Amino acid sequence: MLAFTLRRAIQAIGVMLAVGIISFSMFRFAGDPVNQIVSLDTSAAEREAVRKSLGLDDPVVMQFARYFGNAAQFKFGVSYQFRQPVSSLLAERMPATLELAICATIFAMVFGILMGVYSALKRDTALAKIFQAVSLIGISLPTFLIGILLIYLFSVTLGWLPSFGRGEVVRVGWWTTGLLTLSGLKALILPSITLGLFQLTLIMRLVRAEMLEVLRTDYIRFARARGLTTRAIHFGHALKNTLVPVITVAGLQFGSVIAFAIITETVFQWPGMGLLFVQAVQNVDIPIMAAYLLMVSLIFVTINLVVDILYTVVDPRLRSTLRRPA
Amino acid sequence: MSDAVVPHRAEPSAAPSRAGTGWFRRALDSDIFYSFRRSKLTMVAAAVTLLFFLLAIFASVLSVQNPFDPAQLQLMNSRISPLWTADGQSPFLLGTDEQGRDVFSAILYGLRISLVVGVLGVVFAGTLGITLGLIAGYVGGAVDGLIMRIADVQLTFPAILIALLVNGVAKSVFGNRLDAMSTLVVLVIAIGLSFWVQYARTVRGSVMVEKNKDYVAAAQLIGLPAPIIMLRHVLPNTMGPILVIATINLALAVITEATLSFLGAGMPDTMPSLGTLIRIGNNYLFAGEWWIVAFPGFALAGLILSINLLGDWLRDALNPKLR
Repeated sequence: MLAFTLRRAIQAIGVMLAVGIISFSMFRFAGDPVNQIVSLDTSAAEREAVRKSLGLDDPVVMQFARYFGNAAQFKFGVSYQFRQPVSSLLAERMPATLELAICATIFAMVFGILMGVYSALKRDTALAKIFQAVSLIGISLPTFLIGILLIYLFSVTLGWLPSFGRGEVVRVGWWTTGLLTLSGLKALILPSITLGLFQLTLIMRLVRAEMLEVLRTDYIRFARARGLTTRAIHFGHALKNTLVPVITVAGLQFGSVIAFAIITETVFQWPGMGLLFVQAVQNVDIPIMAAYLLMVSLIFVTINLVVDILYTVVDPRLRSTLRRPA
Repeated sequence: MSDAVVPHRAEPSAAPSRAGTGWFRRALDSDIFYSFRRSKLTMVAAAVTLLFFLLAIFASVLSVQNPFDPAQLQLMNSRISPLWTADGQSPFLLGTDEQGRDVFSAILYGLRISLVVGVLGVVFAGTLGITLGLIAGYVGGAVDGLIMRIADVQLTFPAILIALLVNGVAKSVFGNRLDAMSTLVVLVIAIGLSFWVQYARTVRGSVMVEKNKDYVAAAQLIGLPAPIIMLRHVLPNTMGPILVIATINLALAVITEATLSFLGAGMPDTMPSLGTLIRIGNNYLFAGEWWIVAFPGFALAGLILSINLLGDWLRDALNPKLR
């Protein structure tokens, strides 16, 4: 168990190191950092001074060590575009992205499980078939088209919900939240649906498949024989056992939700990290791109690591198979 | 599998009229074609996909103007609504945008760009993935470990993120003002680099099974060099699953290209793909000019849906377990 955890942790560190090298090479070799900082009429001597002050004369290995040391302290340099430290830009926009991602995940879980259970229990009803069709569309339509469709329906035509921004936000310490104001909550609805729709279809299909599988097992038949109500069998026994893989998938998908927020945030002009990243790509703001890559990788690697370790805690059967040398 | 367990081959309609010989006859008699004819949805999907490809190929014949040529655009004709509405004007079937560009012509040309990027992206991803998969599976050892480790790591990141990063780095290296053709190449490379993993994994898996079979040993015994054995003998036996992946990946590649263009990191306004058209049209949604964004959106959705349906069918048809 301990050996497994350690091996996984070392692997995770290896991945982060590799991503760090990519991020550093982007920062260092894709375009000359000095050119991005100085203006056109800066003299050669001044350029040299800037180069020296940034430490670009040192050996590459030294530079990489320093870059990694700084990144570990969340210092990612200064944005070319905004002339502000990247870390404060990211910190400012992180609450918006996290709130959106969490709301989208909750939306996907609640409706995905409900629709999945329904379409498993009442397989041949019209509603279940509609759910299946919706899930096919949810997988086939690109996220941004769904966002535009929702904006056209609920903002332009009906005028019920705002089409851009976070609405009014309240500052709680360094965190800004839109959950405490009415306009903030209203602004959250459309982006959460847009972002969560893909996860919803995924969870719905998974719950449906798992439910159908579980309902065929012996212990469900035995529960029926014991004379339990169908309600107790479906929700007390069957659903409970389908939830483990569902929560795992939802957990693993959380990283993708944050990454896919890039698209949703652009459609809804949501002031989060994803929008910052897209603007950085458009304006070739390498420090922001490199920092975003590191941040997202850290989130991905952490989630994968935690899920891997939790698996062995939750499911003892896995432990014996893990003892085999890899 | 013997003929006895495949009763549909004895269908009366299939027998008499097919006097033709060779591959065409064999194709018509195959299991795949049979399962194709059985599924109406698949036939519709195939017809729609074919229609989209034909529209893209004959874009210059079918359109009323060349939407990329500024000389043919007249501002007088801007923001005309579709033909069947009260303010519609001939020959602008689906209306025009703010530059006086005919939406229908723009869609045809945009479709062409989207499909070119999608197909080339799939070809590039496939070539890269198949090559690396063949090498990993055939050579094994440390090379295999390295390639598959990279694949594992890359698989944890969404393709769109990788494509955006490749795009940003390319812009930084070549300068921010890339012309339209180079942007197209960058997009193909970005998509190829984001989708190679699946091919590599599939090919590696098949190669590891195939390389222990007698025919490979025979090829080695007569002294054929490894690349020839890989390409001519092992590769053809792994083509089924690759075809399925390629079809589904075409839909993904088209989505990725459209998304990149929508985010402003893809095709420029001067040479728009469907994604670019949607980004431009999105700005006019609030002014009530819905047709500028709606029709490119429908075209994109229809294209992706039909390719996906085709891919789903192909996966089931080529999977012997489901027959």
